[in-house]
Amino acid sequence: MQTIESITARAIPLPLDDIDTDRIIPARYLRCVTFEGLGEHAFEDDRQQNAEHPFNQPQFQGAGILLAGRNFGCGSSREHAPQSLMRWGVKAIVGESFAEIFFGNCTANGIPCVCADPEALRQLGAAVTAAPKTELTVNLVNKTVTCGTRSFPISMQEGARQSLVTGNWDFLGQLVEVASQTREVAQRLPYMNSFA
Amino acid sequence: MATFGSRQNLFNRVWDEHTVRILPSGQTQLFIGWHLIHEVTSPQAFQMLRDRGLTVMYPERTLASVDHIIPTLNQARPFADGLAEQMMTAIERNCREFGIKLLNLDDEHQGIVHVAGPELGITQPGITLACGDSHTSTHGAFGCIAFGIGTSQVADVFASQTMAIGRPKVRRVEVSGRLSHGVYAKDATLHVIRKLGVEGGVGYAYEYAGDVFDRMNMEERMTVCNMSIEGGARCGYINPDQTTVDYLRDRPFSPKGQAFDRAAQWWLSRASGPNADFDDRVAFDGGEIEPTVTWGINPAQSVGVNEQIPSAGSYPAHKQGELREALAFMDFRENQPIKGTKIDVAFIGSCTNSRISDLREAAKVAKGHHVAKNVRALVVPGSQQVLAQAEKEGLHEIFKSAGFEWRAAGCSMCLAMNPDKLVGREICASSSNRNFKGRQGSPTGRTLLMSPAMVAAAAINGVVSDVREML
Ligand code: SF4
Repeated sequence: MQTIESITARAIPLPLDDIDTDRIIPARYLRCVTFEGLGEHAFEDDRQQNAEHPFNQPQFQGAGILLAGRNFGCGSSREHAPQSLMRWGVKAIVGESFAEIFFGNCTANGIPCVCADPEALRQLGAAVTAAPKTELTVNLVNKTVTCGTRSFPISMQEGARQSLVTGNWDFLGQLVEVASQTREVAQRLPYMNSFA
Repeated sequence: MATFGSRQNLFNRVWDEHTVRILPSGQTQLFIGWHLIHEVTSPQAFQMLRDRGLTVMYPERTLASVDHIIPTLNQARPFADGLAEQMMTAIERNCREFGIKLLNLDDEHQGIVHVAGPELGITQPGITLACGDSHTSTHGAFGCIAFGIGTSQVADVFASQTMAIGRPKVRRVEVSGRLSHGVYAKDATLHVIRKLGVEGGVGYAYEYAGDVFDRMNMEERMTVCNMSIEGGARCGYINPDQTTVDYLRDRPFSPKGQAFDRAAQWWLSRASGPNADFDDRVAFDGGEIEPTVTWGINPAQSVGVNEQIPSAGSYPAHKQGELREALAFMDFRENQPIKGTKIDVAFIGSCTNSRISDLREAAKVAKGHHVAKNVRALVVPGSQQVLAQAEKEGLHEIFKSAGFEWRAAGCSMCLAMNPDKLVGREICASSSNRNFKGRQGSPTGRTLLMSPAMVAAAAINGVVSDVREML
């Protein structure tokens, strides 16, 4: 699998806390049997209600790094949320913190969710708002996000970081490798044997 | 009991017993005892299996239900909504092809996956369970470790009966004392979320303990564990006790005869003992909890029914933007009392509060009254079993003569993927679990979360009311 060590792209600031998955992709777009076409509906309702929403603004189209707030991606487990962001063009998310299922879903799709402190996020947001063509680099190896000459530390759950930088973020392949070991664990559990 | 004196809590005990190995990433490869699926988050996972030529490892430990997109009024096939019909056809075909039992609309056990699983006796203490749905935390009511997962992980569990997951810490959330009359499990869980915040639980599994939870029946415990996810926790659970064992007796998937006695003994031995260790502890006094109502756009934005909506001044600086955004969306003012807020719609249903005891409590309030003019009120049982039991008890007649619509089982207006939706700026008193913007089908619709009895009271009075005045 592809190793993901660093991402360089323009950024889009969305400095709000507790953005839930219903806002990222409203439930009516979950009526589908594939993830295709979800990109154009990212933040659909927020965009309808707010012409100023960053996802509506021409200067942020084509951005690859999303700058988020606290507890980004809370709410449902729908993988449609990271899928819609990914298909919109998001390749990495820098936020203050992330909801856990969302974080796991992103990792499974090769999108690093990294944490930076609020002051760093504020400065990054200000920089890309003033000059939207600015490119940021999220580097998972030396754990920084850089913007021109400025560099800020980032953190990420170590297991997820490891799996991305070593190209092991496709868990399915690893999990099926040890089927016999899995069956042994099952054998030891009394409920798997109907408490015989 | 074998565990007496052990310092290991239930969560860590179950985790260790289900660990297959530690992955190179440092995460645990965890064995999953039961896998529940539904029509929304599974089709892409089945496709992933096909793309890689994989099969389902334990089809007999996998159960499917249809719930999210089910119309509750006219269920004739093909559904009027072509996309919903397509999803139905997909899950039917996938279950056939991969040998998975499906609780289809003609099955007497069909219902919301988190209502149907426990009813069938699938959810048991000491097991692990996963489902592509965040409210899988519901099953923790049985002392089961239950995780909501995304679609890629659904494919992982299909193919390997395991998932990769980092070990969370365990926080004991103790609520002591007694809930007062007219205060329900829903109020207790909303109170905990209000106090700890929507991200308070990040990194944790919650163990709910104390007199308040000990005294609850299984359905009330499910209401509490259901909303662990709204508090940010990865899962929530309550230690199994005699209430749990009694509930499981004679369920279709429960062990029978002597095997049941062996099971009961094993189940009880999973519980955290009195000396168990926790990474963190918090405590609340149950007697202080009031009927609780949300006023904002996340489940922690709530107040007691007799309190006022907070003022910006009472909020920490970094939360003020959030408060203003919520007030603007809801069109509420600082310091406005929540009681007396006019509602347009009343919804009793969802995996939080659609079980028989919820309907009984709501019916008690509705009996002999009528839904206020201009209020549209819906009762949507969580499963066909609940529906049948309610009809046996005549609850549907009470609701119908009070002016409530009586519908077929499903998720319905909890997230409005079916035709049941808010319209425009409508305000809904809802027994569901999420008040996010747009959650109930109208991008500008507004949701006030509360207990089913409180929803019934609001429906009757046309405004948010203190149910205690009607009991
Ligand atoms: S009732 Fe609501 S929260 Fe529960 S499973 Fe259905 S949509 Fe999800």
